Amino acid sequence: MSILEFDHVSKIYNVRGAGRMKALDDVSFTLESGRTIGLVGQSGSGKSTIAKILTQLETPTSGEIRLDGAPIPRRGRGLRSYRQQLRMVFQDPFASLNPYHSIRYHIERPLRLDDVVPKQQTEREVRRLLERVQLVPDTVIDRRPHELSGGQRQRVAIARALASRPHLLVADEPVSMLDVSIRLGVLNLLADLQREEGLGVLYITHDLATARHFSDEVIVLNQGRIVERGPADDVILNPQNAYTRELRAASPDPENWFLSKERSDASKDASTTGGTR
Amino acid sequence: MTAVEPHLADADALQADALEVGTTATTAQGRSRVPWRFLANRALFYLFTLWAAITINFFLPRMMKGDAVDQYLARNRNVSPEAAEALRALLGLDTDKTLLQQYFDYWGLMLRGDLGISLLHGMRPVTEVISQALPWTIGLVGFATIVSFAIGTIGGAFVGWRRGSRLDALVPITTFLSTIPYFWLGLLAIAAFSVNLKWFPIGKAYGVGVRPEWTLEFVGQVIHHGALPALTIVIASLGGWMLGMRNMMLTVLDEDYIMVAQAKGMPNRRVLWGYAARNAVLPQIQSFALSIGFIVGGTIVMEMVFSYPGVGKLLLDATNAKDYALMQGVFLVITLSVLVANLLADLAYAFLDPRTRQTEA
Amino acid sequence: MTAPADSSTLAVRTAKPLDEPRQASFWTRIVSAFAMFRNGKSITGLAILGFFVLVAILADVIAPYPPTKVDNTARFQPPSLAHWLGTTHIGEDVLSQVIHGTRGIIVVGFLAAIIATVIAITVGVIAGYLTGWRSESLSALTNVFLVIPGLPLIIIVASMFEDPPLWLVAAVLGITGWAWGGRVLRAQTMSLRNRDFIQAARANGEPLRRIITVEMLPNLMALIAASFVGTVTAAILTLTTLSYIGVIPVNTYNWGTILNWASAQGAFRQNQWWWYLPPGLCIAFIGVALALINFGIDEYVNPRLRSAGERARAMKKKGLDVNDAVTVIRPDLASVVRTASAPQPYESDLKEPAR
Repeated sequence: MSILEFDHVSKIYNVRGAGRMKALDDVSFTLESGRTIGLVGQSGSGKSTIAKILTQLETPTSGEIRLDGAPIPRRGRGLRSYRQQLRMVFQDPFASLNPYHSIRYHIERPLRLDDVVPKQQTEREVRRLLERVQLVPDTVIDRRPHELSGGQRQRVAIARALASRPHLLVADEPVSMLDVSIRLGVLNLLADLQREEGLGVLYITHDLATARHFSDEVIVLNQGRIVERGPADDVILNPQNAYTRELRAASPDPENWFLSKERSDASKDASTTGGTR
Repeated sequence: MTAVEPHLADADALQADALEVGTTATTAQGRSRVPWRFLANRALFYLFTLWAAITINFFLPRMMKGDAVDQYLARNRNVSPEAAEALRALLGLDTDKTLLQQYFDYWGLMLRGDLGISLLHGMRPVTEVISQALPWTIGLVGFATIVSFAIGTIGGAFVGWRRGSRLDALVPITTFLSTIPYFWLGLLAIAAFSVNLKWFPIGKAYGVGVRPEWTLEFVGQVIHHGALPALTIVIASLGGWMLGMRNMMLTVLDEDYIMVAQAKGMPNRRVLWGYAARNAVLPQIQSFALSIGFIVGGTIVMEMVFSYPGVGKLLLDATNAKDYALMQGVFLVITLSVLVANLLADLAYAFLDPRTRQTEA
Repeated sequence: MTAPADSSTLAVRTAKPLDEPRQASFWTRIVSAFAMFRNGKSITGLAILGFFVLVAILADVIAPYPPTKVDNTARFQPPSLAHWLGTTHIGEDVLSQVIHGTRGIIVVGFLAAIIATVIAITVGVIAGYLTGWRSESLSALTNVFLVIPGLPLIIIVASMFEDPPLWLVAAVLGITGWAWGGRVLRAQTMSLRNRDFIQAARANGEPLRRIITVEMLPNLMALIAASFVGTVTAAILTLTTLSYIGVIPVNTYNWGTILNWASAQGAFRQNQWWWYLPPGLCIAFIGVALALINFGIDEYVNPRLRSAGERARAMKKKGLDVNDAVTVIRPDLASVVRTASAPQPYESDLKEPAR
C-alpha cells in the first residue's frame, strides 16, 4: 500500500529567448494503491510534465511531493527505493525500447538493478513477466524491438515497468500510438494488472472515453491548472467546467450521432406523404 | 586539404549549434535586423580561441628542451638589447622570472604587436617580415578557395538535382582527386605543365630578379605564376565541396516543401536554385567555416612546392632554420586570419539563415 | 473494437508469423553489428585497405630487396625485370621502399585515429549527456581545437623534437585531430539523450556509466566508425605531408619520405616518374579505400543517399523525370486517359429508368 501526494506543485521552465513558461500551476492530487486516476487534457496542458516530475526526471519549482507521508528522497538509496516503487510506461512503444537490446535484456535490467529475485531465477522471472502481459515468451524473448509489433512492444514496456514490483504506475498515453483495434486489449491488460497487483495507476490521456472506462477518479488539466476533478462518471457525463464541456463536445461519439440522424430522418419522413424509397 | 572527415549528420550537428534558440513560430519581425546576440556570441568565442592560441604559443617553447633555444641565441650575438629581451620573453628563456611574470611580459609584447625579430631574415621585426608575405597567401588561397567553393557548390547542387543520371559519376572522380595529397598533385602539375609542356613557370610568384610594382606587366607575371598553384588547390579541394553539397541536396529534395513547390507548378529552375540549393547551402557555409583551418594547412604545403613567397613558405623556412620567433609569429598570424575568416563566414550564415535573424525578435 | 477471446489466443494472434526464434548466436550478433559495412562500396574499400595492411605486415617477406640497399651500378633506372619500379639516385629499389613504407603509414594512421577517437568519444559523449555550463564549456573546448589551424601547430610541435618515435607522432596527430569527431558525437548524443529509452533507463535507476556505455554507445557506433575512418585518412595525409616537408626526420621510411628524397633529387624535373608516381598513387588509393568505406557507412545511416539515385533511375525507365511536377501523366498511359475521358454511360443508368 502506498500513497503519493502531489501537493501544490508548480513547474516553471526558462526558455532561452522566449522567457519563462509555466507548465504547471498549483497542481495537487493523491495517488493511492488500488485506485486509478485519469489525467485528462489536450496537448501542452502539462500532463507529461507531471509524469516527468513523478519519475524525478524533472524537479518541481515549488510545492512538495510526498510518498507515504514523507517527502520523496532525491538521491542515494532513498531515491533507489522510490524508483523501485513508482514506474512509468511511455507513450511511444518504439522509442521507449533500446533498438540494440533484446527483449530479455530489457526485462532483465530492472530485475538485476533492484535485485528483485536471486540471480539464478532471473530467466524464470523474465518469462513469468512476459506471460503476465499475455505474450508467449519464446516468441519474443530473443528478438529486438523492431521485430515486434506496436502492441507487443507496449506489452514489453508494461512488463518492464512491473519487473521491480512497484506499487504505483504512471502510464503516459500508453495506447495513443497504437492501432485503434488493439488499444482496448492493452488497456484491459492494464486494468487487469491494476486489479490483481493492487497498483495505483495514473492514467494520462487525452481520450475521454477510455479515461472514463478505466479510472475511478478523473482530473482535467488545462494549461497547467486543474479545472475539474471528481468521480469518473460524474466528470465526464456531467461536466461542470466549460473547458471539460468543450473537451467532451470535441470527442467523437458515434452512438449519439446515429441517434440524432435517425431522429431527424424520422421527422423528415413524417412530413412527406407517400414516397417509397 | 578539405575536411576529409565524415559528412555524416553534418546538417544535424551543425544546425544543433546554430539553432540554439528554438524555432517556435514567431512572426519574422524586421527581416533585415542584424542578429547582434548571435554575432556577439561568436565574437566572444573567437576572442577566447585567440587567447587559447596565444597561451599555447606561450607554453610551447617552454615545454621544449631549453638548451636548443639557448644555443640558438648564443650563436647569434649581434642583437640589440631590447630585441634580445623581447626574444627571451617570447622563447621562454626568461626563467629568472616567475611563470606568472613571464606570462604578463608575454602578453605585454603581444598587445604591443611585438613579435620579436627574425634572425633568419636579417634581424628585421617579425611583424614586418610576415606582413610582406601575408598578401601573397591571402591572394592565392582566397582566390582559389572561393573559386573551388563556388564551382563545387554549384556543381554539387546540379549533381544532386540530376540524381540517377550519368553526372553521378562525377562524385567518385572528384572524391578520388580530393584524397590525393595536395603536395603530390602540385608536384605532378609542375612535372606535367611546367617541365614538360612549359606552359607555366616552375615556381615563385613572379620572375627572378623582377621588382614588385603596380605595372600591367608585373600583374601579368603574377597571374602567370599563380595560375598553376591556384589550379592545383581548386582541383584538389573541389571534391569535398561537391560531395557535401550533393548529399545536402539529396536530403533537402526529399522534404515536403520541395514537393509542394513542384505541385504548385513552379518552374524547375526556381525550385532547384530558389528552394533546394538555397537551403542546402547553409550547412555548406558552416562546413566552409570549419574547414578554413584545413585549407590553410594545404596552402602551406602548396607554397613550399611552388616556392610561393607566402606565410606558408615563411613558416617552413623558419622551421628548417630553427628561427623560433618567426615560427611563433607566423602561427599566431595564421590563427588570427582563420578566426577572422570564421567570423566573416558566421556573418554570411547569419544573414542567409532567416532563423538566426528571427530569434532575435 | 471487440475484446479478444482469451489471453492465449491473443498472444498467438499478435505474434508475427515467423519461424523458430533464432537463438542469437555469437557470430550472428557480430555480423549484425557490422551491418553498416555490408554494401558494395564498403566491401570494396575494406578489401583495398586489407590489402595494404597485409603488405605492411608481410613487408619483410614480400620486398625483393632491403629498402636501403645501395647499388651504385643501377642508379636512376627505369622499371625493369630486376627492379619492378626502378631505382633511386643511389640504386635503392623503389618497390621495396614503397612496400616498407606501408608499415609506417598504417601504424601511425591507425594509432593516431584510435587516440583521436577515444578522446572524441570521451569529450563528445560526456558533453552531449551533461547539460548546462559543463556541456557548454566542453563544447567550447572542442571548438577551440577545431578552429585553431592544425598543420602549422603540428609543424611547430614536430620541429621541437629531434627524432620523434612513431608513437609520439601518432599522439600529436591524434591530439590535434579529435575535435571534429567530438563535435559530431556531442550533437548526436544530445539528440539521443532525449529519446524515451534513455529516459526510461534513467527512470529505472540505471547508473550513469551504464547509460553511456551500454545504452548510448551502441546507437552511436555508425557515427564513431565513420569518424574513425575519416581520422585515419586525415592522419595519413598529414603524416605524408609532414614527411615530405621534412619536419619529421627521414630515417623511417614512409611514402612521404620517399617523395621527399625524390623531390630533393630532382626526380620531378627529370621525369623519373617511376620514383614519384607510385608513392603518391599509394596514398591516393588508400585514401580512396577509406573514402569508400565512409560512403558505405553514410548510405547505411542515411538511406536517402542510397535510394535517391535508384528511384530516379527506375522512374527514368518508365519515361518519367524524377524532377517533373507531381501530376505528370505517364506516356504509356496517355492513350488510356484519352479514351477514358470521353463520356461513357453508366451501366446502371441504362437498366433503371432515370429519376
